[in-house]
Amino acid sequence: MMRRLKGALGVLRRYPTVGISLLLILALIAVSVYTMVTIPLDEAVDRWNAHENTWWDIPRAVPPAWTNLFRAENLPETILVSTSTAEDSIAQIADSVWTSETVISFDYEFTTFPSEIAFYYSLSYVAKKPQLTLTWLRPDGEEIQLYFGAPRRGRTRLRIDPEEVLGEAEPSEADGRVKALPGEYTLRIDAMLFEEGGLDLDGDLVLFGGVYGLAGTDFSRRDLTLGLLWGTPIALMLGFIAATGTTLLGFMFAAIGAWLGGWVDATIQRITEINMMIPFLPVILMVGWFYSESIWVILGFIVGFSIFSGRLKTYRAMFLQLVNAPYIEAARAYGAGSTRIIFRYMIPHVFPALLPHIILGIPLFVFLEASLAFLGIADPQLLTWGKILSEAREALYMGYYHWVLGPAFLLLLTGLSFSMLGYSLDRVFNPRLRDV
Amino acid sequence: MNTESIAAESATQTAARPPEWLRTLGRCTRYLGIRTIVIGLTVLAGIYAAIWVTNLGGFADEIRRADIRYSIVMAVRGLDVMSTEERMAFLDNLYEAGYRAADLDQPFWKRSFRYFGNALSFSLGDAHHMVTGSGSDDVIDILMDGLPWTLLIFGVANVLTFCAGLYIALILTRRYGSLVDRTATLLVPVFATPPWFHGLFLIVIFALLTRILPFGGIVDNPIPSTQLGYVLSILKHAILPITALTLGTLPHAIYANRALFLIHSTEDFVELARAKGLASHRLRLRYILRPVLPAIITNFALVSIVSWQAVIITEHVFNWPGLGEVLIEAIRSNEVAVIVGAVTMFAYLIGITVLFLDIAYVLVDPRVSLGMKGRS
Repeated sequence: MMRRLKGALGVLRRYPTVGISLLLILALIAVSVYTMVTIPLDEAVDRWNAHENTWWDIPRAVPPAWTNLFRAENLPETILVSTSTAEDSIAQIADSVWTSETVISFDYEFTTFPSEIAFYYSLSYVAKKPQLTLTWLRPDGEEIQLYFGAPRRGRTRLRIDPEEVLGEAEPSEADGRVKALPGEYTLRIDAMLFEEGGLDLDGDLVLFGGVYGLAGTDFSRRDLTLGLLWGTPIALMLGFIAATGTTLLGFMFAAIGAWLGGWVDATIQRITEINMMIPFLPVILMVGWFYSESIWVILGFIVGFSIFSGRLKTYRAMFLQLVNAPYIEAARAYGAGSTRIIFRYMIPHVFPALLPHIILGIPLFVFLEASLAFLGIADPQLLTWGKILSEAREALYMGYYHWVLGPAFLLLLTGLSFSMLGYSLDRVFNPRLRDV
Repeated sequence: MNTESIAAESATQTAARPPEWLRTLGRCTRYLGIRTIVIGLTVLAGIYAAIWVTNLGGFADEIRRADIRYSIVMAVRGLDVMSTEERMAFLDNLYEAGYRAADLDQPFWKRSFRYFGNALSFSLGDAHHMVTGSGSDDVIDILMDGLPWTLLIFGVANVLTFCAGLYIALILTRRYGSLVDRTATLLVPVFATPPWFHGLFLIVIFALLTRILPFGGIVDNPIPSTQLGYVLSILKHAILPITALTLGTLPHAIYANRALFLIHSTEDFVELARAKGLASHRLRLRYILRPVLPAIITNFALVSIVSWQAVIITEHVFNWPGLGEVLIEAIRSNEVAVIVGAVTMFAYLIGITVLFLDIAYVLVDPRVSLGMKGRS
């Protein structure tokens, strides 16, 4: 056994692609383990399926932060300034009339604009509405009045036009476009109060960045990193279970058929031929739409359909060559039963040829899940790359490439690493291909 | 036995029996006849199995019942003379009658045969919501509306895959171990992704960034006024779906063909021919390609079957209004009749593909035309 292992390692050394693909697969597994340890699935799904308000301080549909490396002018990161740290100064100007002034300021160091600017604030008072004036102070001394009025209780969002409050007065001479003016900006909140106790206002000024995180965000302001991270273990697990299940079961049926022959073999062959005529994808689509969206139910159907496929015929041909091999005859001579011969002699003998099939099957099933998700059949309790991709399909036409490219890249990477390993192993275990 | 006696014997055989070509034709016809019947029966069994799977533990029945209730409620809308209880009892009676009329009170195994017969003859009645471009709601019209578009991209893509797969694999075999060969083998895993995945990238490159080709659909808007313009516009729209389908199946075809060629080029008679100094193109075509062709066709049959599934998603990516889009739309709008029809149609198409490749197999397999035993 050890010698065979060493021999296999020696062969592997001759195929550098095996090493590269193994490294890629290890990296994918490491990402999966990291994700499963740090973010529990329930929490991830809850956050992913939550309302947009959960992600209120995250920019909408922006590319990842590292894309700034390839830009001449960096897109801004998100800036969040809260009123909770600001002091307000109160003065009484008349009988039961007070004024209050709160000032928050920040440094803006970019010449590009944020994707959006919003001031979220929640106001509370006992009976009399205070009157608010929001003023924007620019580094060039200009003042812009953003709001004047008496807002209601509760959380309110004030949208602010980035070009209006941050733009330079004149378009730049180089390309004729208006750029943002860097410098210190201030938001002043003046209030006229008709109750005692000062201004009770919780405000957050958010300058939504043009970039976000490792993978960017989608249209519902969700951080795509979360979906892409959790997609990894799910893809690997689905691919592995389906590929191993179908290959091993198909292999077993082929061995049983080849060994027992007669009506057992004939039945297995007929089931395979009939199964190959059933349009597999339409039936799976129907299961997904009408019966259950659970990935496990769908996986069960997929495995069931894939066992009796063209592969089974290939395996059967392999076993038929074995049936009359001398060592099988020897086993029969000493009185070994069918079960023993199939499971102890035939299957172990052909097993190495099976490994490439299992490994090549993994990307097939990963892509199959993505295909189903792309057609709208996705488990609501899971985060998968295919699901992100299907949501991103419309976004592609609007030019949000990062949203498509993130999951597509990971799918491609998974497919590539497993196919590369599978094809290389096929050459290693298929001596006739190796030696020519 | 000397040469003379062999010649004499074969001469007497030729005189006694019908000519050789006629016997070959007879054998091929018989073989194909048997295969047609076997494949036909397999397709029928597949469709019947699909009907059982489609029913999914009575869920499709539930949809049919809901459809019947809906049409009854719609029919008696505005019937306000009765009290609520009377009305409910009245409706319940109508529902029962409706179920009976649709045989829904019978056990499923009985009805399954009727559905089977209806599916085979496509007498599936009218769709509830879906209509064709010309306004017909007959299920068969809806299916036939999509069929030609599907056949167009499937046919062209499969012919391309087959021919290009053979040609490229032969070139790679000739240059075994060269830079071209190694690069190609390395690229196979990169491109071994489903067609719709290629489709996304093709759309980005050719439609979004360079604007050379359209995003999807079948014809320009407004529709070209001339016949020629119309056809050209359709061809222009078909380029990306066909490319995507071909790219999705070609890498594996090349890899499998190359492996077959390589394995075969070490056979003794090939070595002998090479030792004799046979011209290399002759060697490749007659000594390697010819004997391997049956195996290649068998492989290709499996690829084509998978390709029928891939067409469905590819059509969806490119908004190509073929059978796959019809199926997806039918599933989304709970059109049981159209779904059953589309599934049946796909089963027929798979069966026809297999039969077609069987004919090709007969044409290229020397054992069939020589009448040798031992055919699989």
